[in-house]
Amino acid sequence: MHLAPDDVFKALADPTRRALLERLLREGELNVRALTEQSGVSQPAVSKHLGVLRQAGLVLERPEGRVVHYRVEPKGLAPLMDWMRFYAVFWEERMDRLENLLKRMDQ
Amino acid sequence: MTTAETTATRAVVVERRVPHSLDKVWRALTQGPLLESWLMANDFQPVVGHRFTFRMPPMEGWNGVTDCEVLSVEPQRELAYTWNASGEEAATGIRTVVTWTLEPEAGGVLVRMEQSGFRPQDKRNEMGAKYGWERNLGQLEAVVARMS
Repeated sequence: MHLAPDDVFKALADPTRRALLERLLREGELNVRALTEQSGVSQPAVSKHLGVLRQAGLVLERPEGRVVHYRVEPKGLAPLMDWMRFYAVFWEERMDRLENLLKRMDQ
Repeated sequence: MTTAETTATRAVVVERRVPHSLDKVWRALTQGPLLESWLMANDFQPVVGHRFTFRMPPMEGWNGVTDCEVLSVEPQRELAYTWNASGEEAATGIRTVVTWTLEPEAGGVLVRMEQSGFRPQDKRNEMGAKYGWERNLGQLEAVVARMS
């Protein structure tokens, strides 16, 4: 499981990055241009902030031609959540691993 | 468990249908080395009353150790153990029960995991407090909650 709480909290210590993440949580997938429109900062600055969020495992990018779309990586949010939400993500991920193990096991 | 406790606590339930035999699934849940390969390092034994730990690398806000005691073993049907915070975190940390239930179905098994006993105070927001922006974290959590 990807869990690096320090990276996550440092990434979100910045209010602009937090606002970007909250928009992606609310609106789903957006490109840099759409994200820039309501951010109050320049497009290169938004790109840089998105890079930090990506490094922290909080967002995923999907290039399409020259446009890159961004969306939230739910697993990256695990360190922010209470224990119950932490374990909801944890068990889903472990069940994936259990299924993979069952495929590899002999009958 | 009393009714009051039932209403005050909550559970996480995860289910999977797997196209494998009961025997195979049971082994994956109860044989230490197999269990380690998908869940965590452990000294589990399928014996009621056996005390053991699951261990993962420590992380911010968690020492990575889970204290467990086997509560029930019904081969190929049900397995339950406590799943509690350990060490210095034991007094204030989570006290839950993990129950595995296996139901045979056509072509496989329905695997059900229920982790019960979460209380409202089982929060990890002390991490947010450490970084000085717990109020903002609360807002973000609210957005995450609406999403899920």
